[in-house]
Amino acid sequence: MNPSFLLAVTLLLPLLGAVFMALTGGRPNVREAVTLVTAGLLAAAVYALLQDVLAGGQPTATLVEVAPGLPLVLQVEPLGMLFACVASGLWIINSLYSIGYMRGNGEQNQTRFYICFAIAISSSMGIAFAGNMFTLFIFYETLTLSTYPLVAHKGTDEAKRGARVYLGLLMGTSIGFQMVAIIWTWIAAGTLDFTVGGILRDKIDPTLLPILLALYMFGIGKAALMPFHRWLPSAMVAPTPVSALLHAVAVVKAGVFTVLKVIVYIFGIDLLADTGASQWLIGVAAFTMLAASLVAMTKDNLKARLAYSTISQLSYIVLGAALATSFGILGGALHIATHALGKITLFMCAGAIYVATHKTEISQMDGLGRKMPFTYAAFLVGSLSIIGLPPLAGVWSKWYLAMGAVETGMWIVVAVYMISSLLNVAYLIPVVARGFFRPSPDLVPQSVGAAAAPAKDGVQEAPLLCVLPPCLTAAGCVVLFFYADEVIALLRPIVQ
Amino acid sequence: MTGATLSGIVPHLPALQVVVPLLAAPVCFLLRRGVICWGFATLVSWAAFATSLVLLQVVLADGTIRYEMGGWAAPWGIEYVIDATNAIVLVIVSGIGSAVMPYARRSVMAEIPANQHGLYYTAYLLCLAGLLGVTITGDAFNVFVFLEITSLSSYILVSAGAGMDRRALTAAYNYLVLGTVGATFFVIGVGLLYMVTGTLNIIDLSERVPALQHNRTVHVAFAFIVVGMGLKLALFPLHTWLPNAYTYAPSTGTAFLAATSTKVSVYVLLRFLFVVFAPSYGFMALTLDYVLLPLALIGMVAATVAAIYQYNIKRLLAYSSVAQIGYMVLGIAYGSVEGLTAAILHLFNHALMKGALFLALGCIMLRVGDVTMRGVQGLGRQMPWTMAAFVTGGLSLIGVPLTVGFISKWYLITAALDDGRWPIAAVILASSLLAIIYVWKIVEAAYLKEPPEGRVVREAPLSMLVPTWVLVLANIGFGINAEFTVGVARTAAMGLLGGAP
Amino acid sequence: MLELFLAKYNYWIVILLMMTGLYIVVARGNLVKKIIGLNVFQTSVFILYISMGKVAGGTAPILTGRDEIFSNPIPHVLILTAIVVGIATTALGLAFVVRIREAYDSIEDDEIDDAEKQDMARDLEGRLP
Repeated sequence: MNPSFLLAVTLLLPLLGAVFMALTGGRPNVREAVTLVTAGLLAAAVYALLQDVLAGGQPTATLVEVAPGLPLVLQVEPLGMLFACVASGLWIINSLYSIGYMRGNGEQNQTRFYICFAIAISSSMGIAFAGNMFTLFIFYETLTLSTYPLVAHKGTDEAKRGARVYLGLLMGTSIGFQMVAIIWTWIAAGTLDFTVGGILRDKIDPTLLPILLALYMFGIGKAALMPFHRWLPSAMVAPTPVSALLHAVAVVKAGVFTVLKVIVYIFGIDLLADTGASQWLIGVAAFTMLAASLVAMTKDNLKARLAYSTISQLSYIVLGAALATSFGILGGALHIATHALGKITLFMCAGAIYVATHKTEISQMDGLGRKMPFTYAAFLVGSLSIIGLPPLAGVWSKWYLAMGAVETGMWIVVAVYMISSLLNVAYLIPVVARGFFRPSPDLVPQSVGAAAAPAKDGVQEAPLLCVLPPCLTAAGCVVLFFYADEVIALLRPIVQ
Repeated sequence: MTGATLSGIVPHLPALQVVVPLLAAPVCFLLRRGVICWGFATLVSWAAFATSLVLLQVVLADGTIRYEMGGWAAPWGIEYVIDATNAIVLVIVSGIGSAVMPYARRSVMAEIPANQHGLYYTAYLLCLAGLLGVTITGDAFNVFVFLEITSLSSYILVSAGAGMDRRALTAAYNYLVLGTVGATFFVIGVGLLYMVTGTLNIIDLSERVPALQHNRTVHVAFAFIVVGMGLKLALFPLHTWLPNAYTYAPSTGTAFLAATSTKVSVYVLLRFLFVVFAPSYGFMALTLDYVLLPLALIGMVAATVAAIYQYNIKRLLAYSSVAQIGYMVLGIAYGSVEGLTAAILHLFNHALMKGALFLALGCIMLRVGDVTMRGVQGLGRQMPWTMAAFVTGGLSLIGVPLTVGFISKWYLITAALDDGRWPIAAVILASSLLAIIYVWKIVEAAYLKEPPEGRVVREAPLSMLVPTWVLVLANIGFGINAEFTVGVARTAAMGLLGGAP
Repeated sequence: MLELFLAKYNYWIVILLMMTGLYIVVARGNLVKKIIGLNVFQTSVFILYISMGKVAGGTAPILTGRDEIFSNPIPHVLILTAIVVGIATTALGLAFVVRIREAYDSIEDDEIDDAEKQDMARDLEGRLP
């Protein structure tokens, strides 16, 4: 099939799927079949594109010229290819999981949920394959809007509040900062095309570069740099499949992906290395990394803890990019994939626990590990991958990121990476440890009240469709460990 | 009709553009019966729209058209002059009219007493003729005459809401008082110009006035015209007539007036500022920087904040209109090609947004009879198409990508940054972020709240949904592909600043 | 100073009428009086136009076949139009006043304001928190 056509297909497929879902709304089985078929087809299309890219192709498609000099262009390059693979691949697994979770919980408005999900995926594809910053910005905004109904899904006051923060921060930063940065770039450079080596050299006063970079970095609210990180914990009111795919993979990764794109293709790492314009970003990212980890330790709500962990992990990538070295960029890009696999596993496990027991607080989860061994095993594997232990994928991205820090001779950054990994251990492992080693409260009642509450309901594993997906992604963490080389080979061209 | 007669008509289209609706108004009055008047007014609107499209095409292909009314040459007779700037305004006015009219039948039946239907359509046709006349004419005094035809008929359109709420009457009365003061200011300015130049023809004026840059009389004329037009176009703080007028007018009246009448006043301001006065330095140029610019900025923020606190959604949108007018005046106050391009672009885009939004509100008025926050509660499920239209219009108002609002914002900010005016860009952004709040209030009420107990409503009838969606789709269409509108706006801006075409 | 006043006396009259008219529009609470103020205001403009068309020593612009100085007729024509517009505005304004009196039982600004405040309060009655 013609690659340009294929490229347009990746955007249109999920939209088409959304239309079909709307048409079949009344019948859950048909609707969910449509979701799965669409996800499968999308993955196939992305896979076909991947073959083309590996063969050295660079498919391009111009959709429409929005205004003179501002076309909507899609163009595949390695970084985007990686993001598209991650998002489309995990959509299949997440769709399975959504079915299990949404049915298991008897949620309302499921058709709206699946439709918005599909639109969000389409926007993610648009972000992944955007050929210029203008296109990327447009899909960035549609992604925000299409995920808003998902965050507000429950319609409770808490959900509304969370969704308001979500929309307010993401729209506020993107319109308030990012759009200005883009227009500034457009005026200065006369183009917004993603170009290897950047477009800003000699176009803008070097003393202004850090300001422009700041407008971009804080404007990309989805990368959750402090102090614009609040939306991510707020978004946790959403149903877990949303948190899993969107707020561990598609949305947040769209943020750091945009960061990488901006640094690699708008500024160019050489320009940043020469001018030192990204030095301040190293500090902010390092602070976010450590501070978010510390906050994560204080959270008892499992999803909130994972959310802060995500904030911290996103800053790994931003920090890698801010180093402006090839190792830093490669490590950051690889971390998009490895962290996605690890974190989606953890979220899906959290959801499985919720479906099975309706528990959300870590302190209530004592002893659950023995009743839900598969869920907890997957959780352990995901945690270890995020911490960065072999033979799990997470080790590679951390390795490259640390290498990037060493390359610049900034030992303090190396130290920050190490400390942060230790903090990962401190906030992830206790969850597993409590599950396996603490006695269940209903077996050994510590007080009269505690004994009365959990009736002998015989907690067991969540439905198959809730448990299988996290096990698959956990296995994925192992597999990616052995195939990381291929990913690096794919990414290599972006830093040449 | 044969080809020969068609080509015989084309040269006279500038006259027909105004004369057809103008003559149609008394005919409509004589037709009396509501439905017949409606059909007639619809046909006339469509004819005017077709005429304006042809004119735009001719102008873009062959440049400015000059048409001598009645064969009297320019300094004595009245001349119609059409260039890119007013050709696009003609398209906006007649286009919105053609979208509102098919919609009007059901809405008017529901909102206006039956014995007034014929009169209502008559007033509409007069208003249409007036707006088109103001836009097309090349004679300064003729502008005043058409302006008053427009105004008088729009007071009537507003007062027609009296059947539903008596406050429509006071709104119309206040509009009349302020509108008359504004128009009189304008005519004083024109008189003073005539005194020093001896001509009323805008092209002649544009040749003689710049030589008199330091003439005190010209300065006074300038001030009168700017203030007069400021009243007419509801520039903050001269906007006080607008919120009530838009709130209590019938839905169709609001939709038509909000999308067209202030736009035409903006056009007149543009024409006088840049073609007649063409300020390059001194008193008049400073007015742009020190009067229009600050007022536009304050208006953008203050009116947006006021909109946030409204309970009645029509009034909310009215305040939003005041803010949006601020955007247009801002573009004018830049005084650069980029700024004018943005202003003209927003003129067009805002007509589409507000047209769509007020039409959607009209659907809600018809079915629910209540356009407050309470009225829209839970409507997302009960009137899905109407609310989807409303939300799309709202997104356009915020300036979300792939809508026309985004294109406007993009060009406004580009124009600001191009001149290095960072603080202004910041105010534009702040105001559009505030817009998110008032749009989202409505979205939350419609989608996340349950409808009030026992309220059962159906989706609006197709005859109303289709025109609404035509405008909504235009919002998206011109948002995805803005090449045409940007091109026209740029040509118009260069024409106004005396560049090419 | 006096010379300036006398030489341009027509303008002083215009200004006086204009300000009087505007003052009445702004300061009077009676709706009919506001309309009258508007009329005075417009009249000042009529005078402005007509007096500027006057040529010293000129006659009425009637073609007699002889060479004569005559006043500029264009302002007269313009003002004929403006008078028509003014009458229409007055008529419409008074019509509104009649309707307002029917609806509110008053033509005084402050009483109508009070009534509208009650209307507004009624709008908000059913407002949910």
